[in-house]
Amino acid sequence: MTRYIVKRLLLMIPTLLSVAVIIFFLMRIVPGDIVELRFAGESAYAQKENLDKERARLGLDKPIWTQFVTWMGGLLRLDFGTSMWTGAPISEEIRLRFALSLQLAIMATIVAILLAIPLGVIAALRQDTWVDYAVRIMSIAGLATPSFWLGIVFILGLLIIFKWLPPMVYTPFWVNPVQNLAQLIWPALAVGYRYSAVATRMTRSAMLEVLREDYIRTARAKGLWEKLILSRHALKNAMLPVLTVIALEFAFLIGGLVVTEQVFNLNGLGLLFVEAIGHRDYTLTQALVMLVAFVFIFVNFLVDLAYAWLDPRIRFR
Amino acid sequence: MTRVRFRTSTLRALIAGVAGVMSMLFTTAGGEAQDKPRYGGELVFVVPTEPASYDAHREGTFALVHPLAPVYSTLLRFDPTDRTGTKVIGDLAESWTVAKDGRTYTFKIRRGVKFHDGSDLTSKDVKASYDKIVNPPADVVSFRKGQYTAVEAIEAPDPSTVIFRLKWPAASMITALASPFNWIYKADILAKDMHWYETHVMGSGPFVFVEHVKGAYWAGKKNPSYWDKGKPYLDSYRALVVKDGNAQVAAVRAERAHIQFRGFTPAERDSIVQALGPKATVQESPWDCVLLVGMNHEKKPWDDKRARKALTLALDRYQGSQALSKIAVVKSVGGVQVPGTPFATPPEELEKLAGYSRDIAKSRAEARRLLKEAGVPDNFSFGLKNRNVPMPYEAVAIWLVDQWRQIGLQARHEFIESTKWEADLREGNYEVAVDTQCSYAVDPDLDLYKFQSMGISGNNYGRYVDKVLDDLYQKQSRALDAEERKKWVRDFERRLVDEEAHYFYTLQWHRIIPHSVKLRGWTVTPSHYLNNQLDTVWLSE
Repeated sequence: MTRYIVKRLLLMIPTLLSVAVIIFFLMRIVPGDIVELRFAGESAYAQKENLDKERARLGLDKPIWTQFVTWMGGLLRLDFGTSMWTGAPISEEIRLRFALSLQLAIMATIVAILLAIPLGVIAALRQDTWVDYAVRIMSIAGLATPSFWLGIVFILGLLIIFKWLPPMVYTPFWVNPVQNLAQLIWPALAVGYRYSAVATRMTRSAMLEVLREDYIRTARAKGLWEKLILSRHALKNAMLPVLTVIALEFAFLIGGLVVTEQVFNLNGLGLLFVEAIGHRDYTLTQALVMLVAFVFIFVNFLVDLAYAWLDPRIRFR
Repeated sequence: MTRVRFRTSTLRALIAGVAGVMSMLFTTAGGEAQDKPRYGGELVFVVPTEPASYDAHREGTFALVHPLAPVYSTLLRFDPTDRTGTKVIGDLAESWTVAKDGRTYTFKIRRGVKFHDGSDLTSKDVKASYDKIVNPPADVVSFRKGQYTAVEAIEAPDPSTVIFRLKWPAASMITALASPFNWIYKADILAKDMHWYETHVMGSGPFVFVEHVKGAYWAGKKNPSYWDKGKPYLDSYRALVVKDGNAQVAAVRAERAHIQFRGFTPAERDSIVQALGPKATVQESPWDCVLLVGMNHEKKPWDDKRARKALTLALDRYQGSQALSKIAVVKSVGGVQVPGTPFATPPEELEKLAGYSRDIAKSRAEARRLLKEAGVPDNFSFGLKNRNVPMPYEAVAIWLVDQWRQIGLQARHEFIESTKWEADLREGNYEVAVDTQCSYAVDPDLDLYKFQSMGISGNNYGRYVDKVLDDLYQKQSRALDAEERKKWVRDFERRLVDEEAHYFYTLQWHRIIPHSVKLRGWTVTPSHYLNNQLDTVWLSE
């Protein structure tokens, strides 16, 4: 098992390095320039002198290879540098938003799990009954409904019916739990519902498949208690693909909730990502891509470990 | 039952609508009539975006001015009660004199003004701040340095006197010294670190900076030692960062915020007015922002002024104003100055310029003739490059495409990402483009600078050189007599949009500010950079 973990950890390094190289050069290909965006724009008095000064300050006047080596050097020391747009340390820019994005991802995942697993199991057990049809309709509706649209519906509903709007400024849970939940429960429901739709369908089909397996038939033939068969034999095995879906969605939520964050005015990583790209803030965009890539890879790693735990055959391959 | 409910809801909507219209009429008719200011309360407003740094000398965005102008003082300021946003009054300057030759400006600085750290503000601080703006050190960026090329020297002979000596007379000097970006910083701090104000806030204005949580909010509290005794009226203010347009509307509708100072669209205004009824009021003004049409003089047929002129002649601006003002933030038909301001061309004179005639059939016939003369074939197709910002770029561009179709031209609307659009315009990678300009105040120097020859103006995307136009700019810029200046401004305008048709204006933007009726003491102006010190603002309850 240790060898398996070490092997998986070592595989992370070339993946992250490849992402670093790709994002660095990709950003340079995109048209537009942070310096012109900041100091030209609508200004009547755009000064070439200012553009040159700023390019020199940001190191953009240096050859691209020098910029690349400098950035990679920082990366190896886990130093992402400063945002080209704000001049603030990137670690600070991310820290400000990370708590919110992480909490929202966790809350949405909880909503999704609470909905998806019971509904998926019930739909599989009651296949082709009205219960199954109702769950299927609900999950297809969830797949077809963008979470930001649902978010807008929530906001308009609250605004028109209750003349109330969720708080517009993030308050950490440990500072004021009520204020915190009043703000985040709505986006968590909106995102969680869509997220649950994918997981519900996966749970249902995985359960249906497992329930037809020989070992379930054998367990039933042995006269095992049905609840035990379901929880210990069927559900545990059906969870393998469901876990993958939930984990990948979770990783996506860390940096991918751009529109939902806009709709609910959430100061999260998704919006920071879009702004960084819009500003052509190379250093911040690169750091965020690296962060999201790391989250994806790390979550995948955890899923692999969970696979090994759920299915002992995997660790011996 | 259903029918009754329908009637009730219709009636409610009608009442809300009538109340909204009444409140709008009331504001227009008597918005200036303010009763006695009330002390206390926290003003909450929405800011749609955030600045890169805290140093206004190096930034050009309203996103810095709105949340931090209340913390700072400027030498001069625009009168917060003047709807034209052109009347300059003293802020730190108690009084001033201008020498007869127009080359020496002497300002008397108020005594007893203190920075928020308790130290005295003197002429030394004004001089240090302006030295940073006019002659920044090698590693310091001054965003508006180009506006002060006339300044030869800045002197502070005693603690309460500042003298600006100019190389030549500058008609816009007073406006330039009232810039809402020219915050007065502490000289001792600048002497130690010219970059300190990029990351720190410390001024002498009516409010003291409390905190800025990036991406979330800004907060300030009343300055008890403010020089203008009795002000400010508010205890504090909070600027919420709300980037999404719908969320901004929702914030005002739900009374989470009293106002958003930049502006809303007509539909957003109606939504707020309908929801809040008599609890909302609306202030509107022509906006000193404009969408222009730029034609690349290095690409055929736009190197021919007949082809360029045909494009402006095709536009029925008066009909466009009526139609577009219902759906977009554009309205007035104007020339190079905001209509109704001191140097604006009166409507009857404006109508003599190409594209401003009321007889659109005649204008379009002339346009077709010019196109034929210039050898432009029927159904000639060209690209119209536009930025992918819906309001008002998209609506105006669609209108342009339709107008040009009526003289036999086929424009392909290329709606591209803002940064790419900016880069393409700068590099001349376009045929015809929607361009834009906003100024912090209505002033010929500010509004006309862009149109000077390539090489002088960094934002002349038409890529032309016109020495006559440059000369007219200099003449208006140095004319101290207002009437003489008007004449040069008119000549400049005629050459720019008619004779040479280098660039032309579509419609003036229109600033729409629906806000809570509780908010008093604030007057809309044509500039969204002005009137944000909040010293005159108060809450009625």
